[in-house]
Amino acid sequence: MQRIRLRYTKRGRLRFTSHRDFQRAFERALRRSAVPMAYSAGFTPHPKVSYANAAPTGVASEAEYLEIGLAAVRDPEQLRAQLDESLPAGLDVIDAVEVRTPNFVERLEASEWLVRLDGVEPVEAALAVARFLAEEKVEVERRTKNGVRVFDARGAVAALEAVESQVDGVTDTAVGTDRDVRTGRACAILRLVVRHATPAVRPDDVLSGLRATADLAPPVPAEVTRLAQGPLDEESGTVTDPLALDRAAAPAG
Amino acid sequence: MTVESVFPRLEALLPHVQKPIQYVGGELNSTVKDWDACDVRWALMYPDAYEVGLPNQGVMILYEVLNEREGVLAERTYSVWPDLEALMREHDVPQFTVDAHRPVKAFDVFGLSFSTELGYTNMLTALDLAGIPLEAKDRTDEDPIVLAGGHAAFNPEPIADFLDCAVIGDGEQAVLDITEIIRAWKAEGRPGGRDELLLRLARTGGVYVPRFYDVEYLADGRIGRVVPNAPGVPWRVSKHTVMDLDEWPYPKQPLVPLAETVHERMSVEIFRGCTRGCRFCQAGMITRPVRERSITGIGEMVERGLKATGFEEVGLLSLSSADHTEIGDIAKGLADRYTEDKIGLSLPSTRVDAFNIDLANELSRNGRRSGLTFAPEGGSERMRKVINKMVSEEDLIRTVATAYGNGWRQVKLYFMCGLPTETDEDVLQIGEMAKNVIQKGREVTGQNDIRCTVSIGGFVPKPHTPFQWAPQLSAEATDARLAKLRDSIRGDRKYGKNIGYRYHDGKPGIVEGLLSRGDRRVGAIIRAVYEDGGRFDGWREYFSYDRWMACAEKGLAGTGVDVDWYTTRERSYEEVLPWDHLDSGLDKDWLWEDWQDALEEVEVDDCRWTPCFDCGVCPQMDTHIQIGPTGKKMLPLTVVNK
Ligand code: B12
Ligand code: SF4
Repeated sequence: MQRIRLRYTKRGRLRFTSHRDFQRAFERALRRSAVPMAYSAGFTPHPKVSYANAAPTGVASEAEYLEIGLAAVRDPEQLRAQLDESLPAGLDVIDAVEVRTPNFVERLEASEWLVRLDGVEPVEAALAVARFLAEEKVEVERRTKNGVRVFDARGAVAALEAVESQVDGVTDTAVGTDRDVRTGRACAILRLVVRHATPAVRPDDVLSGLRATADLAPPVPAEVTRLAQGPLDEESGTVTDPLALDRAAAPAG
Repeated sequence: MTVESVFPRLEALLPHVQKPIQYVGGELNSTVKDWDACDVRWALMYPDAYEVGLPNQGVMILYEVLNEREGVLAERTYSVWPDLEALMREHDVPQFTVDAHRPVKAFDVFGLSFSTELGYTNMLTALDLAGIPLEAKDRTDEDPIVLAGGHAAFNPEPIADFLDCAVIGDGEQAVLDITEIIRAWKAEGRPGGRDELLLRLARTGGVYVPRFYDVEYLADGRIGRVVPNAPGVPWRVSKHTVMDLDEWPYPKQPLVPLAETVHERMSVEIFRGCTRGCRFCQAGMITRPVRERSITGIGEMVERGLKATGFEEVGLLSLSSADHTEIGDIAKGLADRYTEDKIGLSLPSTRVDAFNIDLANELSRNGRRSGLTFAPEGGSERMRKVINKMVSEEDLIRTVATAYGNGWRQVKLYFMCGLPTETDEDVLQIGEMAKNVIQKGREVTGQNDIRCTVSIGGFVPKPHTPFQWAPQLSAEATDARLAKLRDSIRGDRKYGKNIGYRYHDGKPGIVEGLLSRGDRRVGAIIRAVYEDGGRFDGWREYFSYDRWMACAEKGLAGTGVDVDWYTTRERSYEEVLPWDHLDSGLDKDWLWEDWQDALEEVEVDDCRWTPCFDCGVCPQMDTHIQIGPTGKKMLPLTVVNK
């Protein structure tokens, strides 16, 4: 059985797709493009697909990963193009490699996030970031099914900075194509790198932390995009490509 | 005049609502056309939640038929849940289409599809959110034409105040004809404003415009007559019938949503109409005559649809799917063709007498063997004669025995309670039937774990059926009868534990009855319920019987009639019924005779197989039965792109 790892996105308005919604859409795309899927054994056979670490509903992403098992050998790049074509614009398949190394999920050590805070002055955001980073521990609350949970949102943060606010560049490509040209309204942008730990610390939790330490209260909900997930380079605080190992292991040619 | 997308404003609200994906559109196979390149623009609504409305075939078909036309654009809109409604009101975001997020008010036509009356309050929510005046009389040339279609539109009188017009019957050709009339009127520079447009539509005889008809009432509250009040407007408005379904292979590109919906399959309507003649069935009466899609036409639609969607299941849809003259070959042909792709097949409606085991085996071949479902509808033989559901208990038991013999373990039976002339005894027979089914199952299989579930809904008399004159059973009497049945099932030591019992209480049925057989005076109640916060009446968690009754009291004050008058009262032969001027083709005298036959427990045959029983539809509508067998076979597909 050939296995392929794919990187896909959730862009623009399709960031409101939940993970379940995506799974259904993806499995239908597999059927439409007649990908020779391997099926699980059993009474109701399922195509072999495994998903890693899906971003929450409402959060955009440039870096989601999944793995599929094929019953016949296919060229990864061709398969990628075929699947991309078959999925709605916004759910784009942007990278593919043949699996040659184990333990992929463990390699997803951290995520890099871009957080757009509309209506927040960049200076105000920079100040809040500094306060947050100065703390060793920042307790935040999150409502879960089992009641309110209190945990530290600071420890998992490997990097956090307020980046130059601009109406073009990073923001636009990350946020997608179907949005209106932005007005000149104040807007702060944070770049955030968080280690994948238990309990998982999400951008939301860091925002709660900013509110707790510096009273930062954005007037509208933050727009969050995952830019990358993969191995964490602790020195530089950057996240590297998790598919690099498979690519390197591929026979030359 | 380009219309702006409301999406940027909507987007800011979406993080705060449940399942935001339902509002963003972008479904596979959806279409966004250039606004300025089109001169007639339709907003189509299924007035229920997206998860119910999206899979609706009627809307999907009209959406595609319209968008295929040059210069015509159609977009879809659905009911928003109360969480988003509140935010839209707070932030001034209007009712929008999910395709290009354009405001509904900007379109030429706002077409609503009513498969049930329980969508009426949702229509008012949408109108109000759109900024369109609720009542037709308050609208101006700036507002779209509000048009209703679908089965419930066969009695549009309860919503007459809110509609500019209604179309009854098949929509495919009708929407194109309406489009041409609007296009011509716009090209001429909109002479005479919307009144002139409505007059042009009304004069075709195929579009009902309520404002051109005056309703006169008698002193006792009944209707005296309904009279056209404008020149050239016909006394009766005719239903539309599409002949030769093979010429209308829609939907060709079924919509595939990202959000989860109630129907996740590729549906193909294998025929339209049903002449079994079940007397309670409005759908069967108003969709006559039977028109089959050919086996080859079905094969092509399935193949194209699966390619376009990637669905894993095909639903062969109709009112009684096993009645298609070539159903065996269709099921076998499809099961053969898609063995490798693991495509499942399903028939939503199967009659006991049309069931056969070969067919059932074909259906379950590529997928799971689910439970079997039958709808005898009446518990006693006598009751089934009254409703003309010609199924004997022996037939049922024989069918069930075969099914158990072939490995099925679960049978589900559907019934109605509150049918005309029904007694407690008739309903208690439902329990007896379930026991006999289980006993037979144990006998055939030698096992004890045989289950039978009975599911019981309240009967609601519907317009254009032989039961349109019948008294509806009150909610209290319905509940009492169902409680007796429950006690008798639960009290049975030998079988009780193996019988599942599901039923609906009688109250929602009374509201449905009021809306089904209501007249224009009921409009005030609907409006009052909406204004009091009534929404999503088809949903148990939103429906409020007490609110409906309180509003009915207010709304009907001074009319001399009340809810009982509309529901539990028996009508007489002479009475002018609110929908008499809407012509479904059925001869009223034939319906009356059939009603009398029902009371005498006399059955009628199906006109497909025995000589015509003269319901009137074919001569009146100039239509005829179209059935096979064609003798053709479904061709196996050659395998491409391997
Ligand atoms: C599939 C199906 C379902 C599915 C999917 C529903 C959906 N979202 O579409 C599910 C399982 C969810 C379902 C649920 C229910 N259903 Co159902 N369902 C059907 C079934 C089998 C097929 C419907 C269909 O697609 N027909 C084919 C399409 C093309 O026809 P159409 O929608 O009527 O549209 C045509 C015209 O009416 C017209 N038209 C429609 N809209 C408009 C709008 C305009 C502007 C114009 C001009 C024309 C127009 O043009 C269309 C093309 O010709 C029918 C039986 C049947 N064969 O019709 C029952 C049926 C429609 N359902 C019925 C009922 C009672 C229900 C429920 C109320 C059951 C319940 N108690 O819960 C619910 C209601 C759900 C809801 N809120 O809508 C009844 C309606 C009875 C009635 N009118 O008195 C039917 C007729 C079955 C029956 N024999 O009793 N249903
Ligand atoms: S008129 Fe006759 S043939 Fe036509 S639907 Fe009625 S009974 Fe059937």
